[in-house]
Amino acid sequence: MIRQHLAILQVMLPMLCAPLCVFARRPVIAWLIATAATLFALAGSFILFAQALNAGVISYHLGGWAPPWGIEFRLDAANSFVLIIVSLVGAVCMIYGRDSIPREIKSSDQPLFYTMMMLCFSGMLGVTSTGDAFNLFVFLEIFSLSSYVLVAMGAGSDRRALTAAFTYLLLGTIGATFFVIGLGFIYVLTGTLNMADIAVRIAGMSGSGTLHVGFAFIIVGIGLKLAIFPLHLWLPNAYTHAPSVVTALLAGTSTKVALYALLRMLYTVFSPDLPFEALILHYLFLPLGLTAVFVASIIALFQSDVKRLLAWSSIAQSGYFLLGVSFANIGGLTATLVHMFNHAIMKSSLFLAVGCVVYRTGSCSVASFRGLGQKMPWTMSAFVIGGLSMIGVPATVGFVSKWYLVLAALERGWWPVAFAIVAGSLLALFYFGRVIEAAYLQPSPENSAVTEAPVSMLAPLWALTISCLALGINSELTVSTARAAAEALLAPHAGLPAHMGP
Amino acid sequence: MMNGLTPELALALTLLLPGIGAVLIGAADRFSVLRDAISLLAATALSTMVLALLLNHLAGGSAQIQLTPLVQGLPIFLLTEPIGLVFATLASVLWVVITVYSIGYMRKNDEPRQTRFYICFAIAMACTMGVAFAGNLITLFLFYELLTLSTYPLVVHYETDAARHAGRVYLGVLLSTSILFLLPAIIWTWSLTGTLDFVKGGMLTGKIEGPQAALLFALYLFGTGKAALMPFHRWLPAAMAAPTPVSAFLHAVAVVKAGVFTLLKVGVYIFGTSFLSAMNVGEWMMWVSAFSLIAATIVALRKDDLKLRLAYSTIAQLAYVTLGVSLASVMGMVGGIVQLVAHAFGKITLFMCAGAIYLASGKTKISDMRGLGRVMPFTFGAFLLASLSIIGVPPTGGAWSKWFLMIGAAESGHLVMIGVWILASLLSIAYLIPLAARGFFLPLTGQEDRPQPQGQEVSLIGKPGLQEAPLWCVAPACLTAALSVLIYFAGPAIAGFVLPALRP
Repeated sequence: MIRQHLAILQVMLPMLCAPLCVFARRPVIAWLIATAATLFALAGSFILFAQALNAGVISYHLGGWAPPWGIEFRLDAANSFVLIIVSLVGAVCMIYGRDSIPREIKSSDQPLFYTMMMLCFSGMLGVTSTGDAFNLFVFLEIFSLSSYVLVAMGAGSDRRALTAAFTYLLLGTIGATFFVIGLGFIYVLTGTLNMADIAVRIAGMSGSGTLHVGFAFIIVGIGLKLAIFPLHLWLPNAYTHAPSVVTALLAGTSTKVALYALLRMLYTVFSPDLPFEALILHYLFLPLGLTAVFVASIIALFQSDVKRLLAWSSIAQSGYFLLGVSFANIGGLTATLVHMFNHAIMKSSLFLAVGCVVYRTGSCSVASFRGLGQKMPWTMSAFVIGGLSMIGVPATVGFVSKWYLVLAALERGWWPVAFAIVAGSLLALFYFGRVIEAAYLQPSPENSAVTEAPVSMLAPLWALTISCLALGINSELTVSTARAAAEALLAPHAGLPAHMGP
Repeated sequence: MMNGLTPELALALTLLLPGIGAVLIGAADRFSVLRDAISLLAATALSTMVLALLLNHLAGGSAQIQLTPLVQGLPIFLLTEPIGLVFATLASVLWVVITVYSIGYMRKNDEPRQTRFYICFAIAMACTMGVAFAGNLITLFLFYELLTLSTYPLVVHYETDAARHAGRVYLGVLLSTSILFLLPAIIWTWSLTGTLDFVKGGMLTGKIEGPQAALLFALYLFGTGKAALMPFHRWLPAAMAAPTPVSAFLHAVAVVKAGVFTLLKVGVYIFGTSFLSAMNVGEWMMWVSAFSLIAATIVALRKDDLKLRLAYSTIAQLAYVTLGVSLASVMGMVGGIVQLVAHAFGKITLFMCAGAIYLASGKTKISDMRGLGRVMPFTFGAFLLASLSIIGVPPTGGAWSKWFLMIGAAESGHLVMIGVWILASLLSIAYLIPLAARGFFLPLTGQEDRPQPQGQEVSLIGKPGLQEAPLWCVAPACLTAALSVLIYFAGPAIAGFVLPALRP
């Protein structure tokens, strides 16, 4: 019974837990509810992934209405893989939050905070699971609206969080509007909202102007959520001023979910075989990706706030995603998905490490990292490993990402791009080097009584750090999973019922 | 092999022993004697293991270990083969020597953070063993990068502004070159051939040709920043900010040798000498190496700081190997391998002497060192012997490497390179010998020799005025100086040992 409805339970359980958290009133109980929900989702996502790999595609019909009339949850290797990423990072962040959240949010707001966390979490799972384009929009809004609130909750320690949240809200709403306008065009053209169905119907319409306009609106809309350069303006402030847990969660999941939506649109709904999409991939995504990698990395070099530095690094990483997407081959797609998973792990672990520093020092400027190498050895060594991974040192997940990205570039014969990928990762050496040097080679300020962060924060942090190393030393699992996911994305018609087939 | 010690176990232990050593050293933080004893024990145990592997190889055996795949289809793979065994033997034996020296140096100088020093040293050693026994390029790259990272704390040991700056240059240059050039070169090779295993005779034949092959070769040569080919040599002088034992071992033996060793492996097992010479791949890089060789020698001439002069001398000596690889002849490769050994013994002696001079007199400038030979005869004697080996005067090890390299040049028809080596050797006389000569023949700064009546002889070395560094520092230097003479007699044996791997 549960197994049968797992696809929807996965999304609905966190959503039902959201009001429960409001009623809980006591922060600890709200935390317990939220953590239990994320752990359930984590277990569920592993089961779903196994099922999807076995069965090819899990199609769940909401309310028993058959697609394309009813809403369909459609899980294949690709989105069940993203489900794992989202619920893994979500679970780790929730466990970490027990000690971190009370430090940054006043206790009367905490139940509401967990409510928003649950809504955000279930929204992301929904975006990932659904097979219906309009339903995707709905979940996208659930997750976006709740994340605006989550960012604004950073106002407890820094009022700038409010303006950050407002900018995020404005740009996020524009993005959502663009997406839904684009969807309108597609609906006019095809008369359907089921993604697999759209894919079948637009196959012969590549010359249609309506299709082109719809495509453009959808890509820009998702681009805003994904913060692809130059649509990234909301991101640095939002990441910097949000509470530590929220930043770690958003950095690890929200852009990944948006990237998944983009991939779904580009490869399943539309197809790189469509002439206009091929043009966009080559002449827009490739240069934008390269610009993002370099411009954002160079800006990161000059940041004095470590959270902001990591935020810019995230924008640079979204450039790598674009590059991988623009290769438009199975290698590039695999590399993108591998990097998606790896980046979620390493960036979340970095933000969690910064969260530990904020917990103890109350600040995350580079100056406040001075001397922490001795005072917070566990936190800082996790930070160093995360940094090395971002640079792409072998035996970390970052190396695996880099390897497959460069390999995909070489497969296409794009020499300069391969070189740019490694050059971009080198910039990470310089911006992480500054922080690490401050932590280990500069004396801590006089009479600072900083001690190591509590175990309840270190344990989730190190869980991510260890997986960062383990999956870097043996990448068999991630890569084969990502390859299966890439194949699923490129096979839009697999497992369609007869009445929907091409 | 012998009672229960299988070759595989011995191979695994070469990486594990220094690792376990590092952990135990950390545990013995508070007991300095125990800590130093563990360091020495780990070093001795490691060299025993490597010698066991060497004997096993001589008896016709081999060992390999395959671990998890780093990326799909590319496992971490360890293997014993002649060139790797030569490097591993060299590094592990010298680790014992340098540990003795470190104990003397660090104690006499009362250095801070000694535990961290020994831990990093041991980890660096494990990485060096990983480089030496790497069975494919990706494993080599893995340990190559880890070696860079594990030696960074040693370079910034003093944690002063100068040390921080040196550390930046060190990491910056080494990681930049490896990420920008070496990694793309490796991935390119992988996409061409579908394998990165070291194969006898190379594996690029028919896969790549013309300017692309030359480009790939250049990527490998520049990408191996540890080989300090100009213009990517800045890290080596910068690393001299480290304590002298680090300079002596890591920046004259382990790190730089890991660099040229990588080049030799790539030249022999990835390109293969016959492919290199058939395609004339190394033409350009030969001239780059020759330039690096002469330029570094000239810079060395002008440096007054002893460690810096030795650093530039190292850059020049490394270019010998790079040049040997670029020549694309079997004897050039043999020369490179013998040079790897001979230079290691010579240069480690020179650095240990530099450290001993600093310990005993506090002097680092060459111009201040005149007359010191009279009060430190053992140190200066060792320095002189090692200088001769670096220059390449028989009967020292350096003579053989130059001999083989020149045969290699003749074999491949690049006679002009023989001239380059001769010039460099002559110049190295000019930057090394005066130090020893002025040490012995001139009086100490601020003193003058009293005029002696003719027919009377006076010993220059006054017994009562002996001011040597501690025995723990002088004895290792004398030992390695003696060994660099001994290598003269082992030269042909080393060549004979590696030749089967080189000849198709």
